[in-house]
Amino acid sequence: MADFPESQEHTFPQLLLQRMKYDAERPAMREKAYGIWQTWTLGQLCEESFALAAGLSDLGFARNDTLAIIGDNRPRLYGSMIAAQALGGVPVPVYQDSVAEEIQYVVDHAEARFIIAENQEQVDKALEIREQCPRVERVIYCDPKGLRKYDPQVVMDIQSVMVRGRELLKTDPDKINSEIQKGNSSDTSIILYTSGTTGRPKGVVLSHENLLATARNTNEFDAITAEEEVLAYLPMAWVGDNVFSFAMGFVAGFCVNCPESANTVAQDLREIGPTFYFAPPRVFESVLTSVMIRMKDAGRLKRSLFDHFMRVAKKTGVALMDGQSVSAWDRFHYWLGELLVYGPLKNTLGLSRVRVAYTAGEAIGPEIFEFYRSLGINLKQLYGQTEATVFITMQPDGVVRSESVGTPPPGVEVRIEENGEVVYRSPGVFKEYFKNPEATAETKTSDNWVHTGDAGYFDDEGHLRIIDRAKDVGKLNDSSMFAPKFLENKLKFFPEIKEVVTFGDQRDFVTAFINIDLDAVASWAERNNVAYASYQELAAHPEVYALVQGCIEQVNQSLAQDSHLSSSQIRRFLILHKELDPDDGELTRTRKVRRRIINERYGDLIDALFDGRKNCFISTEVMFEDGRKGQIEADLEIRDAAVSEERSRAAA
Amino acid sequence: MTNEQTNETLLEVDAISLSFGGVHALVDVSFDIRKGEVRSIIGPNGAGKSSMLNVINGFYHPQEGTITYQGQARKRMRPHDAAAGGIARTFQNIALFKGMSTLDNIMTGRNTHMSKSLFWQALRIGPAQREEIAHREFVEHVIDFLEIQSIRKTPVGRLPYGLQKRVELGRALAAEPSLLLLDEPMAGMNLEEKEDMSRFILETNDEFGTTIALIEHDMGVVMDISDRVVVLDYGRKIAEGTPEEVRTNQSVIDAYLGVSHD
Repeated sequence: MADFPESQEHTFPQLLLQRMKYDAERPAMREKAYGIWQTWTLGQLCEESFALAAGLSDLGFARNDTLAIIGDNRPRLYGSMIAAQALGGVPVPVYQDSVAEEIQYVVDHAEARFIIAENQEQVDKALEIREQCPRVERVIYCDPKGLRKYDPQVVMDIQSVMVRGRELLKTDPDKINSEIQKGNSSDTSIILYTSGTTGRPKGVVLSHENLLATARNTNEFDAITAEEEVLAYLPMAWVGDNVFSFAMGFVAGFCVNCPESANTVAQDLREIGPTFYFAPPRVFESVLTSVMIRMKDAGRLKRSLFDHFMRVAKKTGVALMDGQSVSAWDRFHYWLGELLVYGPLKNTLGLSRVRVAYTAGEAIGPEIFEFYRSLGINLKQLYGQTEATVFITMQPDGVVRSESVGTPPPGVEVRIEENGEVVYRSPGVFKEYFKNPEATAETKTSDNWVHTGDAGYFDDEGHLRIIDRAKDVGKLNDSSMFAPKFLENKLKFFPEIKEVVTFGDQRDFVTAFINIDLDAVASWAERNNVAYASYQELAAHPEVYALVQGCIEQVNQSLAQDSHLSSSQIRRFLILHKELDPDDGELTRTRKVRRRIINERYGDLIDALFDGRKNCFISTEVMFEDGRKGQIEADLEIRDAAVSEERSRAAA
Repeated sequence: MTNEQTNETLLEVDAISLSFGGVHALVDVSFDIRKGEVRSIIGPNGAGKSSMLNVINGFYHPQEGTITYQGQARKRMRPHDAAAGGIARTFQNIALFKGMSTLDNIMTGRNTHMSKSLFWQALRIGPAQREEIAHREFVEHVIDFLEIQSIRKTPVGRLPYGLQKRVELGRALAAEPSLLLLDEPMAGMNLEEKEDMSRFILETNDEFGTTIALIEHDMGVVMDISDRVVVLDYGRKIAEGTPEEVRTNQSVIDAYLGVSHD
């Protein structure tokens, strides 16, 4: 790509004006419509966007106004973001599958007077909320289908707004340019509303500087150039799309492709063959599942070929990609696999040309992660959030792990607080939460460090590992970190264990309550000739205790390998005589443990876990389904679990 | 309803009687369809609704009566005349080419608009190719309209029932009909599919001004989307009018709910 002089542009529209000078004929966006990929060159995209900007200003859109944008990824909608920014206004993309109520909150909170809606479906939602949001003056649509009969005073075709703009530009050709020149790098580039697990969504305000600096750093980190192909299929309201498709795209100058419809993404992916690709873990997971299902239906020859070469890939693929030494024979074997299996498979999935792929958002299963990497797809993880303009840590090429999320990229500083919380400072740190100074002050310190709310630590390799929400993390008496949910989830991976409650905050060691999973343990009991009459009897059976102890000791072994977690090994446990139940208030309706209630009801048992008793008598009140109450009594055994030596120390 | 109705009559059936041997399928039925309206034909099972559609597009030939289409009175319609005259239809039991893709199936709907001879079409060069490209473009608009881009290349036999119905509508629309006959387009569909289909029917009527004659069993749908309704029972017309009029008509209620014979 042409290297332009060290950029002086402060905003995206300024950047585009600069690039227009030598890149005007370059494809900037494509969209598949009527079965054909239609191209917008940078020149066309800018012409349309600036015409739209002029039209919008004619309708009364002014500096600092917000423009709500609702729809799938479309070049016109990206163009309307540029239009708003050109006028010094702020685009506010809204999740296109939101119901009217959610859209209403965002539109109302962002004080939008104009809404750009992709099609009739979105226009209908926009009109539905107009009564509650009287500020909304105009709803502008891209696809006229079904919209002929709508009130033209309110609902307008985007084409007619552009026509209006072009008229205006004839008399005043410099209007938009002069508006663009007024832009400043600290101006708000976009407001993105985060769903947030609790309470109302918060509007994260990102400046042009945030996005431009982040895009430049990231492009450099992964050597992203103008030759990349990218498919923009994730919601425009999500920060990732804004960074990957919009910001990184315009900075690097690569072409962004918009799928034909949400249902055709898989086919469009194949046709485009992206070189830079992002997908959340569940996408990788569902693709893998469908591959496995199709292989099960395949003929014997194909299946054995697949099985054989997948074993080869597992052995050699990752090592090859990480640049480790691999014997010539293995190399040849892998090359053969590439010819027969990996190549065709990647082609079917549309991943043949992928140079860099990222996943983030939640933990990805190690076997899924390894599958893609062993095929030679450079899949990496990153850790980020909207407030950071995505990137907090990223995995550099060659050192990619499934359980950690990499190191901070250039320009990002990450620190672990006293309580285990991850905090960071970077050029991408957001300006503020829109109209919410209290929340801003809570999250961001005066010297620009941001609290993520996640607890984590740097492992022995110097990679960040995220383990839990910070507010749930406690401390053991030896001042090492205690992350209850992390331990509980590790144990719940065993099918025999249904529910776990761990204790350890301000204690000497960690202990646990276990609930067995009746279905899994009952079928195990049947296979192993264990006789029992009731849940209570099964739970107290010595062989079941031995089974659970085995699970715990496995977890202990894996914890021992990590110096930060080895003191969290579970030393004593008991199996509860009844299932924890939302009806008894022990769990929430969504099956989350209510620790306070458990502490009240089972205080005796908890004490017994820590004072070394071998058993403990308990009597609990339970509520039956018909509302009657009864007592369950039991004398529970408490067992010790073996603790493993810390491996790194043993090895040293 | 929402469409642009005129009072111009597009089709008129006058005193139609049709019998198969001793079975009187239709007896002296008369009604008209105005340009731009959604006209529903309803009635209990065996009332003669599908027979009526088959008479209109020339599949059956009535023994009595005349059919006037676009001002031209005929004793009997012939299927190819009907097609050439701009009448397209869908069938109660889907009649698609199961092994062909969605795209190809809809393409067959363009057949009546293709002017080049079979020879040129087989060669696929020059004018025939240009023509094919133009038709393909039209078909792509139909695909876009019906939101079936994701199944463009899928063989129709592999599609679920609701989508097959939609493809069939697509093929009918590809013919750019002035009169569209729909024989139970929503039979066997779930609520969501019905809503989609109702939307497509209304939009067809609205966007392209296509006149629609609809047979449907779901009364909710009929009452929602029709401009006028005609009710048949045992081959006779027992009522006609707006949905509201028909809903309160005593003989219609009797025909649907039955009436005691004492």
